[in-house]
Amino acid sequence: MSPVPKLILQRLVLGVVTLFLVSALIFVGIELQPGDLAEQILGQSATPDTLAAWRAELGLDLPPHVRYLNWLGGVMQGDLGNSLASRRPVADLLSQRLANTMFLAGYAAVISVPVAVVLGLLAALWRNGIFDRGVNVGALSAISMPEFFVAYVLILVFSIQLGWFPTLARIDEAQSLGDALYRCFLPALTLMLVVVAHMMRMTRAAVINVLASPYIEMARLKGVPRWRIILRHALPNAAAPIINVVALNLAYLIVGVVVVEAVFSYPGMGQLLVDAVSSRDLPVVQAVGLFFAATYVTLNVLADILSILSNPRLRRG
Amino acid sequence: MTVTTTLKSAPPTAWFGMAVVALTIVVALGAPWIAPYAETEIVGAQFQPWSAAHPLGTDNLGRDMLSRMIFGARNTVGLAMLTTGMAFAAGSVLGMLAALRGGWTDQLLSRAIDVVMAVPPLILALMMLAIVGASIPNMVAVIAFIYIAPVYRLARAAAMNVVRLDFIEAARLRGEGTLWLMRREVLPNIASTLIAEFGLRFCFVFLFIAALSFLGIGIQPPTADWGSMVKDNATLITFGDVTPLIPAGAIALLTVAINFIVDWMLHRASGLKT
Repeated sequence: MSPVPKLILQRLVLGVVTLFLVSALIFVGIELQPGDLAEQILGQSATPDTLAAWRAELGLDLPPHVRYLNWLGGVMQGDLGNSLASRRPVADLLSQRLANTMFLAGYAAVISVPVAVVLGLLAALWRNGIFDRGVNVGALSAISMPEFFVAYVLILVFSIQLGWFPTLARIDEAQSLGDALYRCFLPALTLMLVVVAHMMRMTRAAVINVLASPYIEMARLKGVPRWRIILRHALPNAAAPIINVVALNLAYLIVGVVVVEAVFSYPGMGQLLVDAVSSRDLPVVQAVGLFFAATYVTLNVLADILSILSNPRLRRG
Repeated sequence: MTVTTTLKSAPPTAWFGMAVVALTIVVALGAPWIAPYAETEIVGAQFQPWSAAHPLGTDNLGRDMLSRMIFGARNTVGLAMLTTGMAFAAGSVLGMLAALRGGWTDQLLSRAIDVVMAVPPLILALMMLAIVGASIPNMVAVIAFIYIAPVYRLARAAAMNVVRLDFIEAARLRGEGTLWLMRREVLPNIASTLIAEFGLRFCFVFLFIAALSFLGIGIQPPTADWGSMVKDNATLITFGDVTPLIPAGAIALLTVAINFIVDWMLHRASGLKT
């Protein structure tokens, strides 16, 4: 087998194994609990008979490995079980929130990727100048700040003092796209500020790395203008690491929504997960947690595959 | 170079960082003597504005904000130190063990760590806390467990370079046990790498604890902590009051400060001139 398909296959297998282990981890954790779900739902005053009836209804009387396989089989068919708190199917709870979270993360990604690449290029173009230093200090500070701090500062400035945007990002299906984009601007901006710093630093590093190579020296000696060196010679060769870091940051974005959704009361997956953890609604935690893990693992595997494919030494094998 | 000349060569950002860290340590250690009121004492009405008696007003339950900020420094920073310390202790021991033993010990540990690293930390922490329930000891244990992974990788990589050297071979031939090798031969040689990483990991853990507490599943009331103080008083922001931003700003300030110091140290270690 040539090295590229083999490497890609390895990454894919690792990703799938990870997801299985994560799903099993939750199951084992629940098994280790004293008492079971029937006792938790019915409380301590329940009689042994009602407990037994509940266990049979929830399938808790079956051995653990059978229940795990049952649950896994259900997940494959889109049946995620029922929420303990609301008794509704988890899949119903998820559908709308999933779309909302994807909308917010996508919105943030669409603004942040171009901004990060342009800032990184400019910092590389004027490296060690005032612009570069300013952007660097800004990026270091942005990485260090908790998301909720950034979010509340934005709320204070843009929605309380200037009154331009709403403080809460409540959206529903009745709204037009423009309205939804307007309402979600502050959460998207918060996410952008958090991810841009990292992407920009990596873009700068990748471009500067390429600028050190002999063919750039050659181009410079030929008298090619600086912006043209950057755009035509450096950027295409720095594309691979940049694409890799973009994919990694999109993975981060999916996770970053948890805190941002909590600040803006945005009806997304993150908010659902936090509520479910507080009320220990384990079927919901399991489903949402697995969704986040799956998205994160997929984007990471994608980033790995892209960097393998963009490496000519590996491609030719 | 002596300590004083090293410090004199530090850039202003590093000086700023060191000043902030020193101030935080003094406040955290001296909390009971500095704070005007007790940590959970209810001293007045809810959400009082700033006044001479309560320089930062009172919080959602009528407790003095300034006192809670001061105790919060002790709790949030102290717990982050404890958690980072636990992760480093376990991670470096496991990393050195993998490097020294090799074979299936190394394979087993490394693959398990791969799995932990493949899941986003916040999601993993939330799922584990849903299972064990939200409390301070559980939170510390869960975060320490998650941060074993990066420390393990670093310690293993650093120890791998050491275990190939002759003095390890000599000690092995002398018949020294793994524990002795770890403590006397490997640890002193990888300690500087681990210490440099400690500052950076501390920042991550600190932000992590703040985020979990902000979400209401980290440090539980009535313990004062900067993350949950933001959450409890967040409604004030809609009235244009900046008080809830003070604990959030303190978190940001401390992490920025530590990052400035770490950046300067890495710069010096890499031998680059500023």
